Amino acid sequence: MKDWFTRESRSGLKLVAGPFGFSLLLLAAPLLMMLLLSFWTQNYLDLDRTLSFANYEEAWTHPVYRMLMQRSLVISILVTLCTVILAFPMAYFISFYGGKRKSLWLFLITIPFWTSYLLRIFMWKIILGYNGVLNSTLQWLSVIEEPLTFILYNANAVVLSLAHAWAPFAILPIFVSLEKIDRSLLEAARDLGDTAFQRFIRITLPLAMPGIVAASLIIFIPTIGDYITPKLVGGTDGLMIANMIQVQFSKANNAPLGAALAVSAMLIVGMIAACFVFFNRRYLRSQS
Amino acid sequence: MTGAPRYLTIFVGVYLVFLYAPVLLLPLFAFNDSAVIAFPLKGFTFRWFEGLAGESTLLVALKNSLIVGISASVLSTCFGVLAARAAARYDFLGKKPIMSFLMLPLVLPEIIVGVSLLIVLVQLGIELNVWTVILGHVLICMPFSIAILLSAFNNMDKFLEEASLDLGATRRETFFRVILPLVMPGLISSLLIGFTLSLDEFIIAFFLTGTEPTLPVYIWSQLRFPSKLPGVMALGFIMLVLSLILLTLGEYYRKKSAALVGSGSSEIRNG
Repeated sequence: MKDWFTRESRSGLKLVAGPFGFSLLLLAAPLLMMLLLSFWTQNYLDLDRTLSFANYEEAWTHPVYRMLMQRSLVISILVTLCTVILAFPMAYFISFYGGKRKSLWLFLITIPFWTSYLLRIFMWKIILGYNGVLNSTLQWLSVIEEPLTFILYNANAVVLSLAHAWAPFAILPIFVSLEKIDRSLLEAARDLGDTAFQRFIRITLPLAMPGIVAASLIIFIPTIGDYITPKLVGGTDGLMIANMIQVQFSKANNAPLGAALAVSAMLIVGMIAACFVFFNRRYLRSQS
Repeated sequence: MTGAPRYLTIFVGVYLVFLYAPVLLLPLFAFNDSAVIAFPLKGFTFRWFEGLAGESTLLVALKNSLIVGISASVLSTCFGVLAARAAARYDFLGKKPIMSFLMLPLVLPEIIVGVSLLIVLVQLGIELNVWTVILGHVLICMPFSIAILLSAFNNMDKFLEEASLDLGATRRETFFRVILPLVMPGLISSLLIGFTLSLDEFIIAFFLTGTEPTLPVYIWSQLRFPSKLPGVMALGFIMLVLSLILLTLGEYYRKKSAALVGSGSSEIRNG
Protein backbone atom coordinates (compact mmCIF):
# COMPACT_ATOMS: atom_id res chain seq x y z
CA MET A 1 0.00 0.00 0.00
CA LYS A 2 1.40 3.33 -1.04
CA ASP A 3 1.73 5.93 1.62
CA TRP A 4 -0.55 8.93 1.40
CA PHE A 5 2.11 11.08 2.93
CA THR A 6 5.10 10.43 0.71
CA ARG A 7 6.25 13.50 -1.09
CA GLU A 8 5.72 11.89 -4.46
CA SER A 9 2.16 10.85 -3.73
CA ARG A 10 1.30 14.32 -2.50
CA SER A 11 2.81 16.06 -5.53
CA GLY A 12 0.86 13.80 -7.88
CA LEU A 13 -2.40 14.26 -6.02
CA LYS A 14 -1.94 18.01 -5.94
CA LEU A 15 -1.61 18.07 -9.72
CA VAL A 16 -4.50 15.75 -10.45
CA ALA A 17 -6.80 17.43 -7.92
CA GLY A 18 -8.08 20.04 -10.40
CA PRO A 19 -9.26 17.74 -13.19
CA PHE A 20 -10.39 15.12 -10.67
CA GLY A 21 -12.43 17.65 -8.69
CA PHE A 22 -13.98 18.97 -11.89
CA SER A 23 -14.99 15.47 -12.95
CA LEU A 24 -16.33 14.61 -9.50
CA LEU A 25 -18.46 17.73 -9.51
CA LEU A 26 -19.68 17.56 -13.10
CA LEU A 27 -19.69 13.86 -13.83
CA ALA A 28 -19.89 11.76 -10.68
CA ALA A 29 -22.33 14.03 -8.85
CA PRO A 30 -24.68 14.38 -11.85
CA LEU A 31 -24.62 10.61 -12.45
CA LEU A 32 -25.54 10.00 -8.80
CA MET A 33 -28.20 12.70 -9.04
CA MET A 34 -29.63 10.95 -12.10
CA LEU A 35 -29.69 7.67 -10.18
CA LEU A 36 -31.49 9.36 -7.30
CA LEU A 37 -33.97 11.09 -9.62
CA SER A 38 -34.84 7.76 -11.22
CA PHE A 39 -36.25 6.64 -7.86
CA TRP A 40 -38.44 9.72 -7.50
CA THR A 41 -41.74 10.16 -9.32
CA GLN A 42 -43.21 12.98 -11.34
CA ASN A 43 -46.49 14.32 -9.97
CA TYR A 44 -47.66 16.52 -12.85
CA LEU A 45 -45.76 19.68 -12.03
CA ASP A 46 -43.78 18.73 -8.94
CA LEU A 47 -41.55 15.86 -7.92
CA ASP A 48 -42.58 13.25 -5.38
CA ARG A 49 -39.33 12.64 -3.49
CA THR A 50 -40.28 9.37 -1.82
CA LEU A 51 -38.13 6.57 -3.15
CA SER A 52 -39.91 4.03 -5.30
CA PHE A 53 -39.25 1.54 -8.07
CA ALA A 54 -42.28 2.75 -10.06
CA ASN A 55 -40.19 4.21 -12.90
CA TYR A 56 -38.14 1.05 -13.25
CA GLU A 57 -41.30 -1.04 -13.23
CA GLU A 58 -42.65 1.05 -16.05
CA ALA A 59 -39.35 1.12 -17.95
CA TRP A 60 -38.95 -2.64 -17.79
CA THR A 61 -42.58 -3.75 -18.33
CA HIS A 62 -44.17 -1.19 -20.63
CA PRO A 63 -44.17 -2.75 -24.13
CA VAL A 64 -43.02 0.45 -25.88
CA TYR A 65 -39.97 0.90 -23.66
CA ARG A 66 -39.10 -2.81 -23.82
CA MET A 67 -39.36 -2.75 -27.58
CA LEU A 68 -37.21 0.37 -27.89
CA MET A 69 -34.59 -1.07 -25.57
CA GLN A 70 -34.44 -4.36 -27.49
CA ARG A 71 -34.27 -2.58 -30.79
CA SER A 72 -31.50 -0.28 -29.57
CA LEU A 73 -29.50 -3.31 -28.45
CA VAL A 74 -30.03 -5.16 -31.72
CA ILE A 75 -29.09 -2.08 -33.75
CA SER A 76 -25.98 -1.42 -31.62
CA ILE A 77 -24.82 -5.03 -31.96
CA LEU A 78 -25.45 -5.01 -35.72
CA VAL A 79 -23.62 -1.71 -36.12
CA THR A 80 -20.66 -3.05 -34.14
CA LEU A 81 -20.53 -6.24 -36.22
CA CYS A 82 -20.87 -4.46 -39.57
CA THR A 83 -18.36 -1.76 -38.75
CA VAL A 84 -15.70 -4.15 -37.48
CA ILE A 85 -16.18 -6.63 -40.33
CA LEU A 86 -16.00 -3.87 -42.95
CA ALA A 87 -13.10 -2.10 -41.25
CA PHE A 88 -10.91 -5.15 -40.80
CA PRO A 89 -9.94 -5.66 -44.49
CA MET A 90 -9.25 -1.93 -44.78
CA ALA A 91 -6.96 -1.94 -41.74
CA TYR A 92 -5.35 -5.15 -43.02
CA PHE A 93 -4.72 -3.59 -46.40
CA ILE A 94 -3.06 -0.50 -44.89
CA SER A 95 -0.95 -2.49 -42.46
CA PHE A 96 0.24 -5.21 -44.87
CA TYR A 97 0.20 -3.45 -48.23
CA GLY A 98 0.42 0.22 -47.28
CA GLY A 99 4.17 0.24 -47.83
CA LYS A 100 5.71 3.61 -47.06
CA ARG A 101 2.43 5.45 -47.37
CA LYS A 102 0.71 4.12 -44.26
CA SER A 103 0.24 7.49 -42.62
CA LEU A 104 -1.10 8.96 -45.86
CA TRP A 105 -3.62 6.12 -46.04
CA LEU A 106 -4.67 6.74 -42.44
CA PHE A 107 -5.11 10.43 -43.20
CA LEU A 108 -7.20 9.50 -46.24
CA ILE A 109 -9.43 7.35 -44.05
CA THR A 110 -10.06 10.13 -41.53
CA ILE A 111 -10.76 13.01 -43.95
CA PRO A 112 -14.46 12.21 -44.44
CA PHE A 113 -14.92 12.33 -40.69
CA TRP A 114 -13.93 15.92 -40.27
CA THR A 115 -17.31 17.02 -41.63
CA SER A 116 -20.04 17.67 -39.13
CA TYR A 117 -21.50 14.42 -37.77
CA LEU A 118 -24.95 15.86 -38.20
CA LEU A 119 -24.40 16.59 -41.88
CA ARG A 120 -22.78 13.23 -42.55
CA ILE A 121 -25.85 11.43 -41.24
CA PHE A 122 -28.08 13.87 -43.10
CA MET A 123 -26.24 13.12 -46.35
CA TRP A 124 -27.21 9.47 -45.92
CA LYS A 125 -30.82 10.59 -45.80
CA ILE A 126 -30.25 12.32 -49.13
CA ILE A 127 -28.44 9.32 -50.59
CA LEU A 128 -31.00 6.75 -49.45
CA GLY A 129 -34.17 8.81 -49.95
CA TYR A 130 -37.12 8.04 -52.25
CA ASN A 131 -35.83 10.52 -54.83
CA GLY A 132 -32.35 10.17 -53.43
CA VAL A 133 -28.99 9.76 -55.05
CA LEU A 134 -28.98 5.97 -54.91
CA ASN A 135 -32.50 5.52 -56.28
CA SER A 136 -32.08 8.04 -59.07
CA THR A 137 -28.76 6.52 -60.09
CA LEU A 138 -30.13 2.99 -60.09
CA GLN A 139 -33.17 4.13 -62.08
CA TRP A 140 -30.96 5.96 -64.53
CA LEU A 141 -28.94 2.77 -64.97
CA SER A 142 -32.27 0.91 -65.40
CA VAL A 143 -31.35 -1.50 -62.61
CA ILE A 144 -34.65 -0.82 -60.91
CA GLU A 145 -37.95 0.59 -62.15
CA GLU A 146 -39.52 1.78 -58.91
CA PRO A 147 -37.47 3.54 -56.21
CA LEU A 148 -36.38 1.24 -53.40
CA THR A 149 -38.21 2.04 -50.17
CA PHE A 150 -36.64 -0.42 -47.75
CA ILE A 151 -33.44 1.59 -47.49
CA LEU A 152 -34.65 4.70 -45.66
CA TYR A 153 -36.68 5.32 -42.50
CA ASN A 154 -36.01 1.98 -40.89
CA ALA A 155 -33.38 0.16 -38.86
CA ASN A 156 -31.35 -0.74 -41.99
CA ALA A 157 -30.71 2.93 -42.67
CA VAL A 158 -29.65 3.47 -39.05
CA VAL A 159 -27.21 0.56 -39.18
CA LEU A 160 -25.75 1.70 -42.51
CA SER A 161 -25.32 5.34 -41.43
CA LEU A 162 -23.74 4.37 -38.12
CA ALA A 163 -21.44 1.80 -39.76
CA HIS A 164 -20.21 4.73 -41.81
CA ALA A 165 -19.99 7.18 -38.92
CA TRP A 166 -17.93 4.86 -36.70
CA ALA A 167 -15.61 3.47 -39.40
CA PRO A 168 -12.38 5.21 -38.28
CA PHE A 169 -12.96 4.14 -34.68
CA ALA A 170 -12.77 0.54 -35.90
CA ILE A 171 -10.04 0.94 -38.54
CA LEU A 172 -7.53 2.69 -36.25
CA PRO A 173 -7.43 0.26 -33.28
CA ILE A 174 -7.42 -2.76 -35.60
CA PHE A 175 -4.62 -1.19 -37.64
CA VAL A 176 -2.59 -0.60 -34.48
CA SER A 177 -2.90 -4.23 -33.37
CA LEU A 178 -2.07 -5.48 -36.89
CA GLU A 179 1.04 -3.30 -36.91
CA LYS A 180 2.26 -4.97 -33.73
CA ILE A 181 2.24 -8.43 -35.30
CA ASP A 182 5.75 -9.75 -35.70
CA ARG A 183 5.99 -10.47 -39.44
CA SER A 184 8.55 -13.21 -38.86
CA LEU A 185 5.81 -15.31 -37.25
CA LEU A 186 3.97 -15.31 -40.56
CA GLU A 187 7.13 -16.18 -42.45
CA ALA A 188 7.87 -19.03 -40.06
CA ALA A 189 4.34 -20.36 -40.51
CA ARG A 190 4.71 -20.15 -44.26
CA ASP A 191 8.04 -22.01 -44.15
CA LEU A 192 6.48 -24.68 -41.98
CA GLY A 193 3.78 -25.24 -44.58
CA ASP A 194 0.73 -23.26 -43.40
CA THR A 195 -1.53 -22.00 -46.17
CA ALA A 196 -2.49 -18.33 -46.36
CA PHE A 197 -5.85 -19.12 -44.79
CA GLN A 198 -4.29 -21.09 -41.94
CA ARG A 199 -1.82 -18.26 -41.28
CA PHE A 200 -4.68 -15.81 -41.11
CA ILE A 201 -6.79 -17.91 -38.74
CA ARG A 202 -3.97 -19.08 -36.50
CA ILE A 203 -1.74 -16.00 -36.34
CA THR A 204 -3.14 -12.77 -37.75
CA LEU A 205 -6.66 -13.00 -36.33
CA PRO A 206 -5.76 -13.99 -32.74
CA LEU A 207 -3.06 -11.33 -32.58
CA ALA A 208 -5.45 -8.71 -33.98
CA MET A 209 -8.05 -9.53 -31.31
CA PRO A 210 -7.03 -6.75 -28.87
CA GLY A 211 -7.79 -4.22 -31.61
CA ILE A 212 -11.04 -5.91 -32.54
CA VAL A 213 -12.20 -6.03 -28.91
CA ALA A 214 -11.26 -2.37 -28.36
CA ALA A 215 -13.02 -1.31 -31.57
CA SER A 216 -16.15 -3.25 -30.61
CA LEU A 217 -16.35 -1.59 -27.21
CA ILE A 218 -15.63 1.89 -28.58
CA ILE A 219 -18.49 1.47 -31.06
CA PHE A 220 -21.03 -0.57 -29.12
CA ILE A 221 -21.30 1.52 -25.96
CA PRO A 222 -21.87 5.02 -27.42
CA THR A 223 -24.04 3.73 -30.28
CA ILE A 224 -26.81 2.68 -27.92
CA GLY A 225 -27.19 6.32 -26.91
CA ASP A 226 -27.23 7.74 -30.41
CA TYR A 227 -29.95 10.30 -30.89
CA ILE A 228 -29.32 11.97 -34.25
CA THR A 229 -29.16 8.95 -36.53
CA PRO A 230 -32.44 7.28 -35.56
CA LYS A 231 -34.15 10.65 -35.61
CA LEU A 232 -32.88 11.57 -39.10
CA VAL A 233 -32.88 8.28 -41.00
CA GLY A 234 -34.71 5.85 -38.71
CA GLY A 235 -38.32 6.89 -39.31
CA THR A 236 -40.72 5.45 -36.73
CA ASP A 237 -39.42 1.89 -37.13
CA GLY A 238 -35.86 2.90 -36.38
CA LEU A 239 -36.26 5.05 -33.26
CA MET A 240 -34.03 4.11 -30.36
CA ILE A 241 -33.96 4.50 -26.59
CA ALA A 242 -32.13 7.85 -26.67
CA ASN A 243 -35.02 9.40 -28.60
CA MET A 244 -37.42 8.24 -25.88
CA ILE A 245 -35.13 9.57 -23.14
CA GLN A 246 -35.12 12.96 -24.84
CA VAL A 247 -38.93 12.91 -25.15
CA GLN A 248 -39.26 12.17 -21.42
CA PHE A 249 -37.07 15.14 -20.59
CA SER A 250 -38.91 17.55 -22.89
CA LYS A 251 -42.42 16.95 -24.23
CA ALA A 252 -43.52 14.20 -21.86
CA ASN A 253 -42.10 16.17 -18.92
CA ASN A 254 -41.32 13.04 -16.95
CA ALA A 255 -37.64 13.45 -16.09
CA PRO A 256 -37.63 10.65 -13.46
CA LEU A 257 -38.84 8.11 -16.02
CA GLY A 258 -36.27 9.43 -18.49
CA ALA A 259 -33.58 9.01 -15.82
CA ALA A 260 -34.75 5.45 -15.13
CA LEU A 261 -34.59 4.65 -18.86
CA ALA A 262 -31.08 6.13 -19.08
CA VAL A 263 -29.87 4.21 -16.02
CA SER A 264 -31.41 0.97 -17.34
CA ALA A 265 -29.79 1.41 -20.74
CA MET A 266 -26.42 2.05 -19.11
CA LEU A 267 -26.78 -1.03 -16.86
CA ILE A 268 -27.62 -3.30 -19.77
CA VAL A 269 -24.82 -1.95 -21.95
CA GLY A 270 -22.36 -2.13 -19.06
CA MET A 271 -23.28 -5.76 -18.38
CA ILE A 272 -22.96 -6.78 -22.03
CA ALA A 273 -19.64 -4.95 -22.34
CA ALA A 274 -18.35 -6.62 -19.16
CA CYS A 275 -19.34 -10.08 -20.46
CA PHE A 276 -17.68 -9.31 -23.79
CA VAL A 277 -14.46 -8.29 -22.09
CA PHE A 278 -14.63 -11.36 -19.82
CA PHE A 279 -14.92 -13.77 -22.76
CA ASN A 280 -12.07 -12.07 -24.58
CA ARG A 281 -9.83 -11.64 -21.55
CA ARG A 282 -7.11 -13.98 -22.80
CA TYR A 283 -6.57 -11.79 -25.88
CA LEU A 284 -6.38 -8.65 -23.80
CA ARG A 285 -3.94 -10.11 -21.32
CA SER A 286 -1.54 -11.35 -23.99
CA GLN A 287 -1.17 -7.82 -25.29
CA SER A 288 0.39 -6.41 -22.16
CA MET B 1 0.79 -1.42 -52.28
CA THR B 2 1.73 -4.02 -54.85
CA GLY B 3 1.01 -7.61 -54.14
CA ALA B 4 -2.36 -7.10 -52.48
CA PRO B 5 -4.81 -9.81 -53.53
CA ARG B 6 -7.22 -8.58 -56.19
CA TYR B 7 -10.37 -9.09 -54.08
CA LEU B 8 -8.82 -7.05 -51.25
CA THR B 9 -7.98 -4.16 -53.61
CA ILE B 10 -11.51 -4.20 -55.00
CA PHE B 11 -12.96 -4.21 -51.50
CA VAL B 12 -10.77 -1.28 -50.48
CA GLY B 13 -11.92 0.67 -53.55
CA VAL B 14 -15.61 0.06 -52.84
CA TYR B 15 -15.14 0.83 -49.15
CA LEU B 16 -13.43 4.13 -49.95
CA VAL B 17 -16.39 5.09 -52.15
CA PHE B 18 -18.66 4.25 -49.22
CA LEU B 19 -16.54 6.37 -46.85
CA TYR B 20 -16.35 9.34 -49.21
CA ALA B 21 -19.87 9.30 -50.69
CA PRO B 22 -21.47 11.70 -48.18
CA VAL B 23 -18.54 14.12 -48.24
CA LEU B 24 -18.28 14.26 -52.01
CA LEU B 25 -22.00 14.93 -52.41
CA LEU B 26 -21.82 17.92 -50.09
CA PRO B 27 -20.02 20.31 -52.53
CA LEU B 28 -22.10 18.92 -55.40
CA PHE B 29 -25.31 20.19 -53.83
CA ALA B 30 -23.72 23.27 -52.31
CA PHE B 31 -23.03 24.63 -55.82
CA ASN B 32 -26.15 23.18 -57.45
CA ASP B 33 -28.56 25.79 -58.81
CA SER B 34 -31.74 24.13 -57.52
CA ALA B 35 -33.69 24.45 -54.30
CA VAL B 36 -34.29 20.69 -54.33
CA ILE B 37 -31.55 18.38 -53.10
CA ALA B 38 -31.79 15.69 -55.78
CA PHE B 39 -30.36 14.54 -59.08
CA PRO B 40 -30.15 15.59 -61.87
CA LEU B 41 -27.98 18.61 -61.08
CA LYS B 42 -29.15 21.90 -62.58
CA GLY B 43 -26.30 24.35 -62.91
CA PHE B 44 -23.48 26.05 -61.07
CA THR B 45 -24.26 28.81 -58.57
CA PHE B 46 -22.81 30.71 -55.62
CA ARG B 47 -26.16 31.96 -54.41
CA TRP B 48 -26.44 29.56 -51.45
CA PHE B 49 -23.15 30.91 -50.11
CA GLU B 50 -24.32 34.49 -50.64
CA GLY B 51 -27.57 33.64 -48.85
CA LEU B 52 -25.64 32.51 -45.77
CA ALA B 53 -24.15 35.96 -45.21
CA GLY B 54 -27.64 37.36 -44.56
CA GLU B 55 -28.55 34.81 -41.90
CA SER B 56 -28.14 36.68 -38.62
CA THR B 57 -29.04 33.65 -36.48
CA LEU B 58 -26.28 31.72 -38.21
CA LEU B 59 -23.74 34.37 -37.25
CA VAL B 60 -24.91 34.28 -33.64
CA ALA B 61 -24.67 30.47 -33.61
CA LEU B 62 -21.21 30.68 -35.14
CA LYS B 63 -20.11 33.15 -32.46
CA ASN B 64 -21.51 30.89 -29.72
CA SER B 65 -19.76 27.88 -31.20
CA LEU B 66 -16.44 29.71 -31.33
CA ILE B 67 -16.79 30.81 -27.70
CA VAL B 68 -17.69 27.28 -26.63
CA GLY B 69 -15.02 25.61 -28.77
CA ILE B 70 -12.19 27.87 -27.67
CA SER B 71 -13.10 27.88 -23.98
CA ALA B 72 -13.73 24.14 -23.85
CA SER B 73 -10.51 23.23 -25.67
CA VAL B 74 -8.38 25.59 -23.57
CA LEU B 75 -9.92 24.38 -20.29
CA SER B 76 -9.71 20.72 -21.22
CA THR B 77 -6.09 21.17 -22.32
CA CYS B 78 -5.22 22.83 -18.99
CA PHE B 79 -6.84 19.98 -17.05
CA GLY B 80 -5.19 17.56 -19.47
CA VAL B 81 -1.73 18.99 -18.75
CA LEU B 82 -2.29 18.64 -14.99
CA ALA B 83 -3.62 15.10 -15.13
CA ALA B 84 -1.16 13.86 -17.76
CA ARG B 85 1.82 15.38 -15.96
CA ALA B 86 0.68 13.82 -12.68
CA ALA B 87 0.23 10.41 -14.30
CA ALA B 88 3.49 10.52 -16.28
CA ARG B 89 5.74 11.81 -13.52
CA TYR B 90 4.34 10.72 -10.16
CA ASP B 91 3.11 7.58 -8.54
CA PHE B 92 0.26 8.61 -6.29
CA LEU B 93 -2.42 7.02 -4.18
CA GLY B 94 -5.39 5.82 -6.23
CA LYS B 95 -3.69 6.66 -9.53
CA LYS B 96 -5.40 3.93 -11.53
CA PRO B 97 -8.99 4.54 -10.38
CA ILE B 98 -8.59 8.32 -10.66
CA MET B 99 -7.18 8.16 -14.18
CA SER B 100 -9.81 5.66 -15.35
CA PHE B 101 -12.53 7.85 -13.89
CA LEU B 102 -11.18 10.84 -15.85
CA MET B 103 -11.31 8.75 -19.05
CA LEU B 104 -14.89 7.60 -18.36
CA PRO B 105 -16.67 10.09 -20.68
CA LEU B 106 -14.89 8.39 -23.58
CA VAL B 107 -17.09 5.31 -23.19
CA LEU B 108 -20.20 7.00 -21.82
CA PRO B 109 -22.95 7.71 -24.35
CA GLU B 110 -23.05 11.48 -24.76
CA ILE B 111 -26.77 11.57 -24.05
CA ILE B 112 -26.04 10.24 -20.54
CA VAL B 113 -23.55 13.06 -19.90
CA GLY B 114 -26.01 15.62 -21.28
CA VAL B 115 -29.04 14.36 -19.39
CA SER B 116 -27.29 13.98 -16.03
CA LEU B 117 -25.83 17.49 -16.25
CA LEU B 118 -29.23 18.85 -17.25
CA ILE B 119 -30.83 17.25 -14.18
CA VAL B 120 -28.34 18.87 -11.81
CA LEU B 121 -28.52 22.28 -13.47
CA VAL B 122 -32.32 22.26 -13.41
CA GLN B 123 -32.40 21.12 -9.77
CA LEU B 124 -29.98 23.88 -8.81
CA GLY B 125 -32.00 26.39 -10.82
CA ILE B 126 -29.02 27.44 -12.94
CA GLU B 127 -29.94 29.12 -16.19
CA LEU B 128 -28.83 27.30 -19.34
CA ASN B 129 -26.46 29.23 -21.63
CA VAL B 130 -23.17 28.85 -23.46
CA TRP B 131 -21.32 28.35 -20.15
CA THR B 132 -23.31 25.26 -19.29
CA VAL B 133 -22.46 23.87 -22.74
CA ILE B 134 -18.77 24.63 -22.12
CA LEU B 135 -18.85 22.63 -18.87
CA GLY B 136 -20.30 19.63 -20.69
CA HIS B 137 -17.81 19.92 -23.54
CA VAL B 138 -14.80 20.13 -21.20
CA LEU B 139 -15.92 16.79 -19.76
CA ILE B 140 -15.98 15.02 -23.12
CA CYS B 141 -12.83 16.71 -24.48
CA MET B 142 -10.74 15.98 -21.38
CA PRO B 143 -10.15 12.24 -22.06
CA PHE B 144 -8.78 13.12 -25.50
CA SER B 145 -6.55 15.85 -24.08
CA ILE B 146 -5.25 13.52 -21.38
CA ALA B 147 -4.54 10.71 -23.85
CA ILE B 148 -2.69 13.01 -26.25
CA LEU B 149 -0.72 14.81 -23.54
CA LEU B 150 0.08 11.63 -21.66
CA SER B 151 1.88 10.28 -24.69
CA ALA B 152 3.62 13.64 -25.11
CA PHE B 153 4.84 13.62 -21.49
CA ASN B 154 5.86 9.97 -21.73
CA ASN B 155 7.83 10.54 -24.93
CA MET B 156 9.64 13.49 -23.42
CA ASP B 157 13.30 12.96 -22.67
CA LYS B 158 13.44 12.79 -18.85
CA PHE B 159 17.14 13.70 -18.80
CA LEU B 160 16.42 17.19 -20.10
CA GLU B 161 14.23 17.86 -17.05
CA GLU B 162 16.89 16.50 -14.70
CA ALA B 163 19.60 18.45 -16.50
CA SER B 164 17.62 21.66 -16.11
CA LEU B 165 17.18 21.07 -12.37
CA ASP B 166 20.84 20.14 -11.94
CA LEU B 167 21.89 23.32 -13.72
CA GLY B 168 20.05 25.37 -11.14
CA ALA B 169 16.68 26.15 -12.69
CA THR B 170 13.78 26.14 -10.25
CA ARG B 171 10.91 23.66 -10.68
CA ARG B 172 8.73 26.44 -12.06
CA GLU B 173 11.39 27.58 -14.57
CA THR B 174 12.00 23.99 -15.60
CA PHE B 175 8.32 23.44 -16.21
CA PHE B 176 7.77 26.57 -18.29
CA ARG B 177 11.11 26.68 -20.13
CA VAL B 178 11.95 23.03 -20.63
CA ILE B 179 8.97 20.73 -20.17
CA LEU B 180 6.27 22.86 -21.73
CA PRO B 181 8.16 23.58 -24.98
CA LEU B 182 8.93 19.86 -25.26
CA VAL B 183 5.28 18.85 -25.03
CA MET B 184 4.13 21.76 -27.23
CA PRO B 185 3.17 19.52 -30.18
CA GLY B 186 0.92 17.53 -27.87
CA LEU B 187 -0.49 20.74 -26.45
CA ILE B 188 -1.36 22.05 -29.90
CA SER B 189 -2.96 18.83 -31.07
CA SER B 190 -4.93 18.66 -27.81
CA LEU B 191 -6.25 22.18 -28.47
CA LEU B 192 -7.10 21.36 -32.09
CA ILE B 193 -8.79 18.06 -31.31
CA GLY B 194 -10.73 19.62 -28.44
CA PHE B 195 -11.88 22.51 -30.60
CA THR B 196 -12.95 20.20 -33.43
CA LEU B 197 -14.81 17.88 -31.05
CA SER B 198 -16.61 20.75 -29.40
CA LEU B 199 -17.47 22.42 -32.70
CA ASP B 200 -19.10 19.20 -33.92
CA GLU B 201 -20.77 18.11 -30.70
CA PHE B 202 -24.55 18.15 -30.91
CA ILE B 203 -26.36 16.21 -28.24
CA ILE B 204 -24.88 17.81 -25.10
CA ALA B 205 -25.23 21.26 -26.68
CA PHE B 206 -28.83 20.38 -27.61
CA PHE B 207 -29.67 19.60 -23.97
CA LEU B 208 -27.69 22.36 -22.30
CA THR B 209 -27.86 25.29 -24.67
CA GLY B 210 -31.00 27.06 -23.55
CA THR B 211 -31.71 29.91 -25.94
CA GLU B 212 -28.15 30.28 -27.23
CA PRO B 213 -27.70 27.71 -30.01
CA THR B 214 -24.31 26.46 -31.14
CA LEU B 215 -23.64 25.75 -34.83
CA PRO B 216 -24.76 22.09 -34.80
CA VAL B 217 -27.93 23.03 -32.90
CA TYR B 218 -28.59 25.75 -35.49
CA ILE B 219 -28.04 23.28 -38.34
CA TRP B 220 -30.38 20.82 -36.65
CA SER B 221 -33.10 23.44 -36.52
CA GLN B 222 -32.58 24.21 -40.24
CA LEU B 223 -32.83 20.57 -41.34
CA ARG B 224 -36.57 20.65 -40.76
CA PHE B 225 -37.11 23.20 -43.53
CA PRO B 226 -36.55 21.83 -47.05
CA SER B 227 -36.05 25.37 -48.40
CA LYS B 228 -33.07 25.87 -46.04
CA LEU B 229 -31.25 22.72 -47.15
CA PRO B 230 -29.09 24.13 -49.97
CA GLY B 231 -27.85 26.77 -47.54
CA VAL B 232 -27.01 24.05 -45.02
CA MET B 233 -25.06 22.21 -47.74
CA ALA B 234 -23.08 25.38 -48.46
CA LEU B 235 -22.42 25.87 -44.75
CA GLY B 236 -21.32 22.26 -44.42
CA PHE B 237 -18.93 22.68 -47.32
CA ILE B 238 -17.35 25.77 -45.76
CA MET B 239 -16.95 23.90 -42.46
CA LEU B 240 -15.36 20.93 -44.22
CA VAL B 241 -12.82 23.11 -46.04
CA LEU B 242 -11.99 25.04 -42.87
CA SER B 243 -11.48 21.93 -40.76
CA LEU B 244 -9.30 20.39 -43.47
CA ILE B 245 -7.09 23.49 -43.53
CA LEU B 246 -6.95 23.54 -39.74
CA LEU B 247 -6.01 19.87 -39.53
CA THR B 248 -3.41 20.01 -42.27
CA LEU B 249 -1.83 22.98 -40.52
CA GLY B 250 -1.96 21.18 -37.16
CA GLU B 251 -0.39 18.09 -38.67
CA TYR B 252 2.32 20.19 -40.35
CA TYR B 253 3.28 21.95 -37.12
CA ARG B 254 3.10 18.74 -35.14
CA LYS B 255 5.55 17.04 -37.47
CA LYS B 256 7.79 20.09 -37.62
CA SER B 257 8.04 20.54 -33.86
CA ALA B 258 8.25 16.78 -33.29
CA ALA B 259 11.27 16.77 -35.60
CA LEU B 260 12.75 19.74 -33.72
CA VAL B 261 12.33 18.11 -30.34
CA GLY B 262 13.73 14.85 -31.65
CA SER B 263 16.89 16.35 -33.13
CA GLY B 264 17.42 18.71 -30.18
CA SER B 265 17.37 16.01 -27.55
CA SER B 266 19.61 13.65 -29.50
CA GLU B 267 22.15 16.42 -30.04
CA ILE B 268 22.30 17.08 -26.32
CA ARG B 269 22.68 13.41 -25.56
CA ASN B 270 25.42 12.94 -28.11
CA GLY B 271 27.27 16.12 -27.34
